[in-house]
Amino acid sequence: MTYAFDFAGHAFEARPSGALYWPERRWLIVADLHLGKSERMARRGGSLLPPYEVLATLDRLEAEITATDPAAVVSLGDGFDDDAAALALPDALCDRLRDMAWGRRWIWVSGNHDPSPLCPRLPGETVGEMDEGLILRHEAGQGPDVSGHFHPCVRLAGDRRRCFLVGRDHLILPAFGAYTGGLAIDSPVLTALVPQGLAIACGARALPVPVGAAPRRGHRA
Amino acid sequence: MTLPPEFQDWFARQGWQPHPHQLDLLAAQGDTLLIAPTGGGKTLAGFLPSLVDLKDGHKGLHTLYVSPLKALTADIARNLARPVAELNLPVRVEDRTGDTRSSQRARQRVDPPQILLTTPESLALMLSYEQAPQIFGSLRRVVLDELHALAENKRGDQLMLCLARLRTLAPGVTVTGLSATVEDPRALADFMGGAAIIHADPGPEPDIAMLATARPAPWSGGGGHYAVPEVLAEIRQARTTIIFINTRAQAELFFQALWAANDDNLPIGLHHGSLAREARQRVEAAMAAGELRAVVATGSLDLGIDWGAVDLVIQVGAPKNVKRLVQRIGRANHRYNAPSRARIVPANRFEVVECIAALEAVHEHDLDGDPRGPGPLDVLCQHILLTACAGPFDADALLAEVRTAGPYRGLTRAQFDDCLDFAATGGYALRAYDRWQRLMQRGGLWRLRDPRAARDLRMNVGTIVEAEMLKVRFRRGGGLLGEVEEGFAATLVPGDTFLIGGQTVRYDALREMVVEVTKQPTRQPRIALYSGMKLATSTQLSHRVQALIGDPARHWVLPPDTADWLDLQARISALPQPGVLLSESFPFQGKWHLALYGFAGRNALQTLGLLMTKTMEDAGLGPLGFIATDYALLIWSLDPVADPAPLLDRDALRAGLGDWLAGNAVMKRTFKNVAVISGLIQRNMPGQRKSGKQATFSSDILYDTLRRYDPDHLLLRITADEARRGLVDFDRIEEMLDFSPHHDHRMTGRVTPLAAPLLLEYGRVPITGAGRERMAEAEAQALMAEAGLA
Repeated sequence: MTYAFDFAGHAFEARPSGALYWPERRWLIVADLHLGKSERMARRGGSLLPPYEVLATLDRLEAEITATDPAAVVSLGDGFDDDAAALALPDALCDRLRDMAWGRRWIWVSGNHDPSPLCPRLPGETVGEMDEGLILRHEAGQGPDVSGHFHPCVRLAGDRRRCFLVGRDHLILPAFGAYTGGLAIDSPVLTALVPQGLAIACGARALPVPVGAAPRRGHRA
Repeated sequence: MTLPPEFQDWFARQGWQPHPHQLDLLAAQGDTLLIAPTGGGKTLAGFLPSLVDLKDGHKGLHTLYVSPLKALTADIARNLARPVAELNLPVRVEDRTGDTRSSQRARQRVDPPQILLTTPESLALMLSYEQAPQIFGSLRRVVLDELHALAENKRGDQLMLCLARLRTLAPGVTVTGLSATVEDPRALADFMGGAAIIHADPGPEPDIAMLATARPAPWSGGGGHYAVPEVLAEIRQARTTIIFINTRAQAELFFQALWAANDDNLPIGLHHGSLAREARQRVEAAMAAGELRAVVATGSLDLGIDWGAVDLVIQVGAPKNVKRLVQRIGRANHRYNAPSRARIVPANRFEVVECIAALEAVHEHDLDGDPRGPGPLDVLCQHILLTACAGPFDADALLAEVRTAGPYRGLTRAQFDDCLDFAATGGYALRAYDRWQRLMQRGGLWRLRDPRAARDLRMNVGTIVEAEMLKVRFRRGGGLLGEVEEGFAATLVPGDTFLIGGQTVRYDALREMVVEVTKQPTRQPRIALYSGMKLATSTQLSHRVQALIGDPARHWVLPPDTADWLDLQARISALPQPGVLLSESFPFQGKWHLALYGFAGRNALQTLGLLMTKTMEDAGLGPLGFIATDYALLIWSLDPVADPAPLLDRDALRAGLGDWLAGNAVMKRTFKNVAVISGLIQRNMPGQRKSGKQATFSSDILYDTLRRYDPDHLLLRITADEARRGLVDFDRIEEMLDFSPHHDHRMTGRVTPLAAPLLLEYGRVPITGAGRERMAEAEAQALMAEAGLA
């Protein structure tokens, strides 16, 4: 079940998967796919992680596209773990991405992991940031903006969940990629960006909890 | 070999007579396993052949001594120094553990001592160096101390693989295993690859009893604080006392309670694995120097450190295992022919029964123990990778060598090839990428594709996977206090107090992965939850306990308060009896609770909890969590269980076990250990945790991904296998159902005397299901309402 909210004068829907839907535009926005993470680690002589995270991430993304039929899909930076990971993407998965992009815009916002233009086998256009009345960019800057990069997480009923973070100036998306960790919303860098607002936890349904507005821990004896 | 005259003289000068088993060991040809009680001069026996052999000198490493504990190596170094000096032997003795400085390590690689004392992990590391053939080529003898303890876990399996390597590098090396009393010496000899067994004289019967106390054991809790006055009185009368407690948190609390009542200021120390290394070493040194009257300790002191002066052991809390109790009692009185003296303090009334049952078993020499299965494959994966670090290897030769290790003698070619494939490529079904290559074959030999990978692999050596620990420091200057589990630190908010190193501190902040605290001497601490040993009570001891509880005619052996407690249970509900599976349903704090007295051990009851809650989830009862102890399972849920019989249907349970791999906390924990040991993920990458958490992700994600996209992967098979054997223990559930064919379910309307202690246990397993989702929604809603947002 999604959670609808307003940010900087626009209506949005936080989806339980961690994708953001913008009904007014019919845009589907996802952040930090980190496709090719396992390939990058293996290439660099690190751990040989299961090479399935691209498949897992695309499976989830495809389900979101099927559910929302968006006019545009925006990847809010760090779509790939690095340039070489994009180049190394197998043909079958490139074909699959092109199928998913068929009949709609596909926009890759550049992140810190993928700063250069993408390889020609991939669908869509590459942009630095987008000004749509509010800025869409990888890492939060001068607000109001919609961004990713930090992989925010919230603790709820003993579980750690990926979450959206919504403040006055910033709307920060959770990481959508399969092999991604998280940064607690009470870490200094995130409390500086969003001192007050909402965290919307992902999971079976999108659950909003307040941030900075009330004591998070209830009453203590 | 016989004892040369100068050695006979030396013994005579000490006023000692060589023990028969020491001479037997000296005379033995080939590999031997010496079974001796603690204090039987076991370690000297192990070294005697080496010292005799070394009197004419030896170039390079002659004897390698491996012990499970770093502290033990330091102790042995001290003990060997005297005969080496007094006999004027041309021998250098050095130790090599995780604590050894890198300059010393580097020197040892170039110029090894004649006798090197080490741990399994350090040995595995040394064998991964290119210089291993030079270092170990001159080796003549290997001494494996406390082999009974090593053989109980993967450290022993790794050690046996290393031993196989040593036999290749130093053909003809002689191996001596030293062990405390075990239930099956033949199995232990097979474990070390076959050996002749020498039994030492077991010595006199131990003087062991319950500690009589003025106050009865409390209803619940694990602290044993009620017995503090009597324990202090015992300490006062004895020369030196060791007080064993099962967990670190309990050790901290008991230590504090002792000092609070220690009017005579008796010097009492504390020793457990969460304390900073310096603190532990100080206690060990003070103990060895006879400056302490008592030490409160956990398993970190469990093994045979030669505490010459210790004449009393006090065990606080249930011993869980008769064999371990016997070995612990052996700590007391290291003089060979004097009886060991030990007193047992049950922490609560449930443990009173277990302690009495254990004493009966000790007097009947009825040791318990479960045989271990074949060597685990994650350890073999690590061994293959570390072997590659040392240099190129031939697969056939390595397989042949591995099969000489006791735990791996039944290893099939296919199993070995799976492990090699995993080490080389990750072993994934998807073969599209050529970059997944850690090992490659060239000229028929396997080698590291990138030799720089050796550094990471060496950092990952070992089979002990600890919870992530955070250092604890005083905020305003001051040293390291110790470590706590990251999960515990995450529950702290500024102002919380907890105990560490015997003092109460207040949590201030978490800075760069260090917990900063301030001294807070006057506040009552919030209990420190860092986990300690979670050993399951043995099958045999559990049966003894159940038989004792279920037979009111035998309750006269119990203290009156314990007998009264069981009598109350009998009146409110019923007593668990052999042949009957008792369960109870009652409401408590707004949730329904189901208590099931299975007496099947912690692991099996935990599995049963997972299977039963899954069925309850399907039935819409909203299970929220459960806790398993050695005797009972407690499940709490939104709706009551009226009849547990369908939840205990054997076929349904078996079918549920088939779905076992569905994501649950225990399996994920098991997978994490397997993934770390096998080398899929690294532990403690330098700088990684400091650089920001969004870079790292949990092993749970890998587990879920593998299950979905590569369900037949080697690591999932190892995880499933492991879980069946260790954590899952399904066999013991079946044994429980066989043993208790009749069910007796009571709706009691209130918490029963037997169930009360369960409500206070730690180690709860949450269920991620509809019930949890309902709770999460409620919590989110409450928070929104509190913030005025809903």
